[in-house]
Amino acid sequence: MQFPGRRKKLIGSSQNDLYDHCLQFYGQPPLENISLTEFETFAVERLKLLKTVENLGVSCVKNSEQYTKKLDAEISKFFFNKEDGISEYEKRRKDHISHFILRLAYCQTEDLRRWFIQQEMDLFRYRFNDLHSKHKTDFLHKNNLKYETVSAEEKKSLQDKLIASSYGLSGTKVEEHDVYKVPFQDALDLVRTRKVYLLAGNAYIPHHEIVTIVLNDFRTRLSKALAMTARSLPAVQSDERLQPLLSHLSHAYVGQDYSIQKNIGKISLEQIDALSGKSFPLCMRHLHKALRENHHLRHGGRMQYGLFLKGIGLSLEQALQFWRSEFVKGKVDADKFDKAYAYSVRHMFGKEGKRTDYTPYSCMKVILSNPPSQGDYHGCPFRHSDPELLKQKLQNYKVSPSGTNQILELVKGMHYQLACQKYFELTHNVEDAGFSLNHPNQYFTESQKLLSGGRDIKKEVDMSQRSQENPASVTRPSQANSKQAHEEMGDLDSFFQDE
Amino acid sequence: MPTSDYDPACLPDLLPLYYRRLFPFSQYYRWLSYGGVSKNYFQNREFSFTLKDDIYVRYQSFTTQNELEKEMQKMVPYKIDIGAVYSHRPSQHNAVKSGTFQALEKELVFDIDMTDYDDVRRCCSAADICSKCWTLMTIAIRILDRALREDFGFHHLLWVYSGRRGVHCWVCDDAARKLSVAARSAVAEYLSLIKGGEETVRKVVLSDPIHPFINHSLSVVERYFCQYAIVEQDILGSKESVDKVLALLPEDILSFPVVLGAQLTVISLSLTYFDKEIMLQYCYPRLDVNVSKGVNHLLKSPFSIHPKTGRISVPIDLKELNTFDPFEVPTISLICEELERPRADEAEDDDVKDKENEQEAGERRRIRDYKRTSLAKYVKVFDRFLEAMARSRKGEMLQKSDLQKDF
Repeated sequence: MQFPGRRKKLIGSSQNDLYDHCLQFYGQPPLENISLTEFETFAVERLKLLKTVENLGVSCVKNSEQYTKKLDAEISKFFFNKEDGISEYEKRRKDHISHFILRLAYCQTEDLRRWFIQQEMDLFRYRFNDLHSKHKTDFLHKNNLKYETVSAEEKKSLQDKLIASSYGLSGTKVEEHDVYKVPFQDALDLVRTRKVYLLAGNAYIPHHEIVTIVLNDFRTRLSKALAMTARSLPAVQSDERLQPLLSHLSHAYVGQDYSIQKNIGKISLEQIDALSGKSFPLCMRHLHKALRENHHLRHGGRMQYGLFLKGIGLSLEQALQFWRSEFVKGKVDADKFDKAYAYSVRHMFGKEGKRTDYTPYSCMKVILSNPPSQGDYHGCPFRHSDPELLKQKLQNYKVSPSGTNQILELVKGMHYQLACQKYFELTHNVEDAGFSLNHPNQYFTESQKLLSGGRDIKKEVDMSQRSQENPASVTRPSQANSKQAHEEMGDLDSFFQDE
Repeated sequence: MPTSDYDPACLPDLLPLYYRRLFPFSQYYRWLSYGGVSKNYFQNREFSFTLKDDIYVRYQSFTTQNELEKEMQKMVPYKIDIGAVYSHRPSQHNAVKSGTFQALEKELVFDIDMTDYDDVRRCCSAADICSKCWTLMTIAIRILDRALREDFGFHHLLWVYSGRRGVHCWVCDDAARKLSVAARSAVAEYLSLIKGGEETVRKVVLSDPIHPFINHSLSVVERYFCQYAIVEQDILGSKESVDKVLALLPEDILSFPVVLGAQLTVISLSLTYFDKEIMLQYCYPRLDVNVSKGVNHLLKSPFSIHPKTGRISVPIDLKELNTFDPFEVPTISLICEELERPRADEAEDDDVKDKENEQEAGERRRIRDYKRTSLAKYVKVFDRFLEAMARSRKGEMLQKSDLQKDF
C-alpha cells in the first residue's frame, strides 16, 4: 500500500473497473494517494459505523425491523456526502479505503483484531443479505467462489432429501430459489451439524445458507490479512503523520468532547450532592462518594472526576473551592492544598504549564486506560468492579433485582457502556435511553435533559401538543424548567436518600 | 479352530521370522508411496515403534523400502503405528528450524472400539469380544462405509481388523489425505449420533426433519436389530435389561416396548421417535472424534501384530463382511507354524532362483512364503485395494493429459 501523500491523484477511466460491485472482500489494498484529511475523516466515519454495528448487535435482535432501520440509517450517513450527491464510485472508494485504514489501527492485538473482524462481518452480512438475488450470484462469481447452481432436474430429483436436510426449506423454496453445489470442505459448519444434504462429496446449499459460507470465507481472509498487516505495521507507524492518528483510532472516542464548557457557573456547589445521585454516571457517583467520605482522592480519581466537573460546568473558582473544602476536612491543611493540589486543578483548566485545556475523559478512555488499584476509586465500575460488589452497590442504589441482572449480563458480555446505559434507563425509569452512551458528560447532559422534561419520552407527546396550543409557554424554558427541575429534584431526592 | 495357541512370550522368536519372511513389504511400500506422485511422500512419513519392554520410539522414517525392511528386522517392533507425512524427514526433525517441521497430510482415519459400547452390550465388557457383539462392528462398517462413499464421495477405503476389539478405517483418497483438522472433525461430527458419557442415559435424540443420513443408517440398523438385540443380546430377556431400555424413554410417557415382527416398536402416546432412538443407541457406531481429528495422530499399522492376542491386523474384505470372524484371523504363531510346514513342489523352484539377484530372490521367496499361510487371502484383499487406487490414479492422469491435449 502506498502511503498517503499530499494531493489526490486519480487514474481516471479505470474507475468502473476498480469497483465492479458495491460489495467487496477487500482483497486488494487501495493504490492511490489521498490527503491526510481524507485519511482521518474516512477512518473516523467508518469507526462510527462499526461502533453502531456493535451497539445494535447487542441491543436489538439482528435483522429485526428496529435493527434494519437503524443500521440502514447509519450506513446512509456513512455514504452521504454533504455536497450534491455522492457517486456510486465514490461510495465504493470510501468503503474500500476506510476499511484498509482501520486495518492498520486494529491489527495490533488479538482483542482489537477480534473486535474488528466481528463488526466487519456483521456489516458485511447485513449488506450482502440486502443485495438482490442476482447481485448475490454476481458477487460470488466475481470473487471466484466456485459455487455452481444445481440444475432444475437435479433439484427435482433430490427435492425430498433437500427438504429433510436443510432447515427452513420447503418444496416451493427449492423450486423457486437456487440451490448451490459446493465441495463439502467449503461448508464445514453445515456439515459438522448435519444441516445440509451431502452427495458424492458435495454439499447442496439453499440460497439463504450461502451467506454463512461466504461469511466464513470473509472471516478467514480478513483474519489472515490482519496478521500480515500486523507484521508490516512498524513501517507504517514510523511515519510521523500517521502514528498519532492510528494510535488514537483504536481507542477513539468519536463524539462530542465536552472541552468547550457550556453552562459555566450554572451548577452551584450545593447541587453537586444531589446531582451525583440523579444525573451522575456510576463512575462519577462512586468518585464523589469516595471524596466525601475520605476527603481525598488520588491523582487518577482527581483527573477523572475533576475534568468531569469541568465538563458539567464548574468554573475554575468553583472547582478550587470544591476541592479545597473537601481536602481540608481531611488531612490536608489549606496551605498545603494551595501549594500542592491547587496547581493541578488549575492545570486541568489549562491555566498552568503548557496551557492545554484538558478534555474530560470519554468512556473508552476510562475503561481502557489506567486501571484502578488498591486505594483508587477511578475507572469504570462496570469494567473494574468485582461483579459481586457491583451487584451490592446497585442494590444499595435501589436498582431492581431484574434490572441488576440485566446489567450484570451486559457486564459479563463486556458491554460496559451498554451496562451503564441500562443503569441510566433504570434510574431514570425510561425504557430506552435514546442515546448511545460514550461519555460520562453525555450521561449527565442527557440526564438533565430528561429530568427537566426536555426529552422525556412519555412527556414528549404532551409537550409537542402543548407547544402547538400555547407557544407562549415554551418561550422561556430555562426559567420554567429550573423551577420544575427544582421541584422534581425535591421528589427524587428522597428516592436517592439512603446510600 | 485353526489357530495355534499363541503365547506372548514367544514374540521375541516369532517377530523376527515374521518380519523376515512374511510381512508384505512391497505392497506396504507401494501403498504408502501412493504412486510416487508426490515427491518424498514415503520418506517424510512418520512411523512409531514400540519395542520390547515397552520402549516407545517416534519420528522413525525411511528413505527406501529396503531401509524400512532392514530397520524393522533390526529393531523388531512389537507394535507399529503410522503417522503423518511431514514437511521434512521425521528422523531429522530435530535438525529443522523450530516451527517449520509440520504435519502436512495423512489418511482420514476412524477407530471403532468395542469398549465404547459397554453400556449397551450384555455379553462382554472391556477388551473382550465375542461373536454375539461382533455384529456391532458389522453394523458400524456398513453404515460408515456407505456414508464415506456416498455422502462424502470417497473411494479408497481400507477397513482393518485391529487385532483385538475393534476395527479401523483408512480413507486413502487424495482429497482425504489433504483434509484440514477442521474438516476431519466436521466429518467425524457428521457421522456421530451418540452423544454423552456415563452421566447421560438417553444418548440419541432425534427431531424433525430426519436427515437422509440418519435414515440410511437406520435402515442398516433395522436389518440387524432383531437378530442382534433381541436374540443375541437378549435385551428384553431380564427385568434388569428391560429396565435399561425403558430408562431411555422420557418419564412422562406411558409406554412399553414390544417386539412386533422384526422391529422393536414402542407403543406410546407420543409422536416422537423413541423406537428409532433406542435402536440407534444400541447399535449405531461410536467413534472417537479425537482419533479422526488430528493430522498427526498415530494409528496402528495394518499387518502389525497385536501383542496381547497375537493376531495380525488384517484388511477386511467387505464383500465377505457377513462371514468375517475375528476369531478366524490368523495369529503370528499360526502363520509361523504354517511357514515351517514343508511343501514338495517348491524344491525345484529354489534351484532355478538361486542364480538370480539376492534381493529379488528374497522377495520372491517371501511372496511364496506368505502365500503358504493363512495370511495369503488378506494380502490379496490389500492387493485389490492397491490396484483400485492405481487404476484411479491412471484415470486421473489420463484426464489431465486429455485436457492438456498431450498425446
